[in-house]
Amino acid sequence: MEQKLMKGNEAIAEAAIRAGLKFYAGYPITPQTELPEYLAKHMEKSGGTFIQAESEISAINMVYGAAGAGIRAMTSSSSPGISLKQEGISYIVGSELPCVIVNVMRTGPGLGGIHPSQSDYFQAVKGGGHGDYKMLVLAPNSVQEMYDFTIDAFDIADKYRNPVMILADGILGQMMEAVNLYTPATEKFDKSWATTGTYKKRKHNIINSLYIKPEESETLNKRLQAKYKIMAQNEQRVEIINPDADIMLVAFGIVARVAKQVLDDAKSQNLSVGLIRPLTVWPFPSKAFKTAAKAYLTIELNSGQMVEDVRLEVNGRAPVHFLGKMGGKVLTVDDIMAKLKQIAGA
Amino acid sequence: MITINEEMCQGCGLCVEICPRKILALDESKINDRGHTPIVMTDENACTGCSLCAVMCPDCVIEIE
Amino acid sequence: MPLKFKKPDSLTDIAMHYCPGCTHGIIHRLVANAIDTLGIEGKTVGIASVGCSVFAYNYFTCDMQQASHGRAPAVATGVKRSLPDRIVFTYQGDGDLAAIGTAEIVHAAARGENITVIFVNNAIYGMTGGQMAPTTLNGQVTLTSPYGRRQQEGHPVRMSEMLSTLDGARYIERVSVHNPAHIIKAGKSIIKAFEMQLRGEGFSMIEVLSTCPTNLKMSPVKALKWVENNMIPFYPLGIIKDGSVKV
Repeated sequence: MEQKLMKGNEAIAEAAIRAGLKFYAGYPITPQTELPEYLAKHMEKSGGTFIQAESEISAINMVYGAAGAGIRAMTSSSSPGISLKQEGISYIVGSELPCVIVNVMRTGPGLGGIHPSQSDYFQAVKGGGHGDYKMLVLAPNSVQEMYDFTIDAFDIADKYRNPVMILADGILGQMMEAVNLYTPATEKFDKSWATTGTYKKRKHNIINSLYIKPEESETLNKRLQAKYKIMAQNEQRVEIINPDADIMLVAFGIVARVAKQVLDDAKSQNLSVGLIRPLTVWPFPSKAFKTAAKAYLTIELNSGQMVEDVRLEVNGRAPVHFLGKMGGKVLTVDDIMAKLKQIAGA
Repeated sequence: MITINEEMCQGCGLCVEICPRKILALDESKINDRGHTPIVMTDENACTGCSLCAVMCPDCVIEIE
Repeated sequence: MPLKFKKPDSLTDIAMHYCPGCTHGIIHRLVANAIDTLGIEGKTVGIASVGCSVFAYNYFTCDMQQASHGRAPAVATGVKRSLPDRIVFTYQGDGDLAAIGTAEIVHAAARGENITVIFVNNAIYGMTGGQMAPTTLNGQVTLTSPYGRRQQEGHPVRMSEMLSTLDGARYIERVSVHNPAHIIKAGKSIIKAFEMQLRGEGFSMIEVLSTCPTNLKMSPVKALKWVENNMIPFYPLGIIKDGSVKV
């Protein structure tokens, strides 16, 4: 298998091309800009269209048009840019269009900073835009996973006619690792709903999210909720290490990399520690929380967002602790060990 | 020869105004299913088929042979 | 005997929701007639916008997408670049195109997107019930310019002239539908814009001066007179830019 040293942002771009990406629109923003740069250079060769849009808003709406035309489409940005895209994302969900959206998170609120963060968790998994909706949200923790998850993301999006988000962060976007490159077998998805022209052989297709009659709006919402239920049943992905441990760490993305190192240190200090790493943060991997752990420690690069979902899953069966870091620095093994000792001693 | 689709008419009166022969009028005796007073041709023989009424109509109510 | 005048095939049989005397119906017919004339119904994709014309997707028989407010040119870009041999048009009002969607129309024109834009300018917000539009005339009273539009409300924007300065814009014309002669002329301009797209000539926009009798609080007939007497002096009719290849 072909192996290449790549940045996480580039890995997503390469994977997207190999997954059949034919339309990309985006806007430069740190720390994800290598992604559009890579596509600008390589997409035309694969017969795709790359557009540097005038705004994040325009980019997501171009993706709406391209996805509605039945081709694989993607946009990417970082936190403030993703905020700008929210209306468009809501329209894409409401119109049931498949596409991939990449958020290489940086700190907030406001302009924040360009350092890594996980503070868009709520925005990604709880909705973000207006209306009742869900996106499937994948949380990679390595450059290889940036690649693998992107390839999966296009299939999942097409399968459910729903946007899929890759929720990464500034470190994952910027760091370089060896990536195994492969081209997936192309699955065929029914796109008879797309606006490709009627050629007078069928009734016109309409891509739309306006349902002005309450009954019709209710019908759309019920259909969407039924879809999310199926997605929640079928698409939960999680990595679990030491499921029988006394204390379970819960972490996604880059923080889970640190957490894995903690496991070794904890063992050498006779602490029984395991890890639950959601690979999908929506749907949240409920099944992973049927453990007999005496305590949970959720670690995140924010003020405590995923910990709310952990508490819902644990539902009072054990204490759920939290350790967070905001501002752009990453939690260290020492930070986490200190907190673990505190919990174990309590 | 003009055909008026009374049910589609919203009684806006633009055709009445534009007709050079002044042979279109709102038929105050009728209300269609959309709740409007539709137009009526008052003198078919006077119609020259100039089509100005149809060109002006926003609702494609008028067809002309 | 063939019909001398009939409803275009590219319009559905659904009764339009527009108010009596609203000229959207006329402009829809002109667009549908252009599609019929050029025989492109099967390969046309229309983009409806937000505003009164939001339901346009129900009225054209071609494939349609409904765009979020102001973003129709971005959506059209996505469709056209994905399916370059299809004919793509947007149908947008003044609030959509000249206020919330200013960036999208400017940059679609700057990129020279090979699309056709139908820009309906009636100088007022219709769907929301009569607020000030970016094209509301100086001094014009609306619900949000109750003292008449003044400096502090901003002066009306002449979008066609503004866009004509962009190299990517190939054909821009302002027409009106205030009487049959102008309606026929407007129809020809719309056909020309679609023809240019068929030849791959790039961005074209037809600005159509239109009426909103309900929110202008005038009879349909008086509203047309108002366009003639008040709008046309500020928004002069005619070709503003024509870079079409002469055929």
